[in-house]
Amino acid sequence: MTETINQPAVVRGADQDPGVVRLVDPEGRRTADPAWDGYRERVARLDGAALRGLYRDMVITRRFDDEATSLQRQGELALFAQAKGQEAAQIGSGRALAPRDFAFPSYREHGVALTRGLDLPEILHLFRAQEHGGWDPNEFNFHLYTLVIGSHALHATGYAMGVQRDGLVGTGDADKDMAVVAYFGDGATSQGDVSEALGFAAVNNAPVVFFCQNNQWAISVPTSTQSRVPIADRGPGFGVPSVRVDGNDVLACYAVTAEALERARGGGGPTLIEAITFRTGAHTTSDDPTRYRTREEEEYWEARDPIARLEALLRAEGGWDDAFASEVQAEAEALGVRVRDFVRGLRKPDPLTMFDHVYATEHAINAAERQWFSDYQASFESGEQR
Amino acid sequence: MSTTTSTAAPVGAGIPRAEAPATVPATTRLPFAKAINAGLRAALAAEPKVLLMGEDIGRLGGVFRVTDGLQADFGTTRVVDSPLAESGIVGTAIGLAMRGYRPVCEIQFDGFIFPAFDQITTQLAKMHYRSAGRLTLPVVIRVPFGGGIGAVEHHSESPEALFAHTAGLRVVSPSSPADAYVMIQEAIASPDPVLFFEPKSRYWEKGEVDTTAGPYGGVSTSSTGEAGSTGEAGSTGDGGLTGDAGSTGGRPVETDAATLNRAVVVRPGTDLTLVAYGPTVATALKVAATAAAEGTSIEVIDLRAISPLDSATVVASVQRTGRCVVVHEAPALYGVGAEIAARVTEQCFYRLEAPVQRVGGFHTPYPPAQLEHDYLPSLDRVLDAVDRALSF
Repeated sequence: MTETINQPAVVRGADQDPGVVRLVDPEGRRTADPAWDGYRERVARLDGAALRGLYRDMVITRRFDDEATSLQRQGELALFAQAKGQEAAQIGSGRALAPRDFAFPSYREHGVALTRGLDLPEILHLFRAQEHGGWDPNEFNFHLYTLVIGSHALHATGYAMGVQRDGLVGTGDADKDMAVVAYFGDGATSQGDVSEALGFAAVNNAPVVFFCQNNQWAISVPTSTQSRVPIADRGPGFGVPSVRVDGNDVLACYAVTAEALERARGGGGPTLIEAITFRTGAHTTSDDPTRYRTREEEEYWEARDPIARLEALLRAEGGWDDAFASEVQAEAEALGVRVRDFVRGLRKPDPLTMFDHVYATEHAINAAERQWFSDYQASFESGEQR
Repeated sequence: MSTTTSTAAPVGAGIPRAEAPATVPATTRLPFAKAINAGLRAALAAEPKVLLMGEDIGRLGGVFRVTDGLQADFGTTRVVDSPLAESGIVGTAIGLAMRGYRPVCEIQFDGFIFPAFDQITTQLAKMHYRSAGRLTLPVVIRVPFGGGIGAVEHHSESPEALFAHTAGLRVVSPSSPADAYVMIQEAIASPDPVLFFEPKSRYWEKGEVDTTAGPYGGVSTSSTGEAGSTGEAGSTGDGGLTGDAGSTGGRPVETDAATLNRAVVVRPGTDLTLVAYGPTVATALKVAATAAAEGTSIEVIDLRAISPLDSATVVASVQRTGRCVVVHEAPALYGVGAEIAARVTEQCFYRLEAPVQRVGGFHTPYPPAQLEHDYLPSLDRVLDAVDRALSF
């Protein structure tokens, strides 16, 4: 049989590769491989309430995702980038962060946003094309979404270099030390900026964790087009320890991120995490995945749904009760209503605001153009002939 | 692989502080490169959040020695020899600025800025805007630029218009040691990102420098002792650096950033306005001296800032002279001169005696150095343009 390059992997996903950290299997059973005992100890502290919290976070994230997707279909949003299918990677890693840690997302990290305390509807300023950002990064220690793929990996590294200079690494005081995390996807690893970030982070021993959600597809292009080796294999070449984790196992994602953050905060330097997951939705609402991937592949990953997996675990371990389930459903429905109301309440900004915040101090050209445009508009309002 | 940056020593410990402001200007004669060095030193001494980053800037002191001695005095944590990656330098500077630092990046040569073009134009320039003013990025990018030094390919270019075309950036170029000393400080004090283009062919030229000038130099005014600025009247470029404007670091700066925002008349005249910046200001002054011998009075304007463009100063001059020639090393096509020609035409139409003339590089790649003096705007080519303007 002739090998075809870049042939998409189907049927057997990379999540089954040897060495991928998994603490809960797709059927919701805890795994027993002694190699992961260290990670197992980290999740042993998570009691029933904590597990239910992770479940709640994932359900809320998905409800937000579904609602925003519907709103885009109704013409209320210009675009939406779904996180659907990647909730375990985002919630597991996000819940491992301490409030003082700082996260740099790409543009579909809605689950991470939730863990940072951001009210999810705020994300939709961007997708309603009202603002390029929408929140105060320093209020949530959660940077704005970055659309230029991979460029924020360097910002995260620089921020971590600043944390070093602030003396907030390896102080021995666990409540003082902080770390930085950069989220990006499999496609981003082909960008030079991500390689530069790994290099800068390594030689500076910067307290930064690179969390790659390998969701198998960079729009229409499979991960095999980005890399001939597992993405995590890139780390060691830079001197960055790396780990592959089942990205649909929320407990494994939590554990590997917690370990990497702890090492970073303590002065142990950067880590690259490759979370193997799948976006079950489209790249964005403008995308049509039926053009590039098979139903067979989608079914493989649907059987590995992260929310169903945690539900199975909770049911098997007696952490599930119907009252809890309906409580979460009610919260999700309430969020859906709130998202709709929020989006429909957003009005077009005053056109003059496009001139705001181009510069922090006055810039003559910017000021003159604003004045001209203001006068131009006023000439219509006053009914004068131009 | 731990480095000195992972130690917990408080930032600024053991760093020499700036001397108390002198009441009498301490004027000293310095080469251009040394004036920038002195400005950087003043900023490093006065503001613990200032960092220098770049290739070979530490132990070597930079390939042009602009940062000579600074790593020895301020340490490897504040004067950082970066990996050889321009995007990485600017990208990490953005992160450092978000954390409250004021990074000053050196791009070794003009032609090597392009790996960082994405970080500069899509990230650095837009962060304040896309955060609705919540984030400021006080990052300075120093770029030795321009030709005339007999260098190999990619070492003699003038890419300033590419950055002036990008909203969110300030783009400046000093032409004298005195201005360079003040402007580098004002750039560092600015909450906006500044592209700081240093005319490398002038690095060795000497001039009087008031070392008490500039926001970190000990006095609050930024007058540089050049000929009086006409930029006051009608200038809309009154942007100061007062207050912190949401700045993530640095002390409040008391300056109106005059040199960073305003053009200056460096030689008054009545018959023609000759506009230049950076390396071509000296050329323009020679042109004016030569023309004066022939009875033509040329007013020379040093733009200093390319963004914001102080068109008010240029327009006020052309309103008097009726003629305008713009000279820069960058290609004339779509260049700064084209913008000035358009603005002068719009605002001085009835006063113009002749079309605005442009003298610049050609629409070719920067040629091999044996040809560069044919490519660069020479005294003769500028005089030729002056003659054309006067022939109408």
